[in-house]
Amino acid sequence: MNNDLLFDFNVDKAAKTVFITREFNAELSLVWDAFTKQELLDQWGAPAPMRAKTKYMDFKVGGRRFYAMISPDGQERWAVQEYTSITPKTNFKMYNSFADKNKNRELPGSEWDYTFSEENGRTKVNITIFNESFERMEKLLEGFRIGFTMTLTNLENLLSTLSEKQ
Amino acid sequence: MKQDIFQAISDPTRRAILTLVAIQALTPNAMADKFDMSRQAVSKHIKVLHECELIKPEQSGREIYYHFNAKKMQEFDNWLAQFRKNWETQFNQLDVLLSTIKEQKK
Repeated sequence: MNNDLLFDFNVDKAAKTVFITREFNAELSLVWDAFTKQELLDQWGAPAPMRAKTKYMDFKVGGRRFYAMISPDGQERWAVQEYTSITPKTNFKMYNSFADKNKNRELPGSEWDYTFSEENGRTKVNITIFNESFERMEKLLEGFRIGFTMTLTNLENLLSTLSEKQ
Repeated sequence: MKQDIFQAISDPTRRAILTLVAIQALTPNAMADKFDMSRQAVSKHIKVLHECELIKPEQSGREIYYHFNAKKMQEFDNWLAQFRKNWETQFNQLDVLLSTIKEQKK
């Protein structure tokens, strides 16, 4: 479904930055809520079969979200997101770091920037993720690997798409 | 400390070295010549690239030739492909959620 919705995924290895753009078939205020409200975030914020569970979320500058990605076998990967800048319904920035279950952060983390814009009833979200270190970036996938199924064909297709883009 | 692949690739000279080595294995002296750099400067770059396994040395007679390690690059690309796939999955989940909410509002 939704094959006509724009999805862009680009990596600038030199700049250590990932750029993601996605369009959603909904008005801006709804999409904004889906990215900034705990009860909505938990419904889509982890790729199945993983699920997201937010322990608390205080969406204001300087506030934090403490949440976990949980694998089907119950393994939890905790992270702390600290909101560094918020322009309602336009942009927010956060600093993401992995943590243990006692909220002790593993620094340094990564810088995330979300920008929202609406056109003709569709909302475009631009996400940039800056990570100082690839090893840490690699951690973004930790835990996802458990229960993660992808056929080799899929992988090959994706790889050829990525290499064409470079 | 083990070198980070991001750090290794972020340097323009090292990217140029990788590009060259990917075409043909080179000795440190040959690299120094091609880039008009001191042998010492080249050695530093080689060290970084070698430590994150983007290049690997092979002894040939008295010379050491550095080869491009395509496997390491592939690992990196595999990782990116997975990262992308995860996002795709999440966004598809969000599409479903958004349409559900829109239905409820009607």
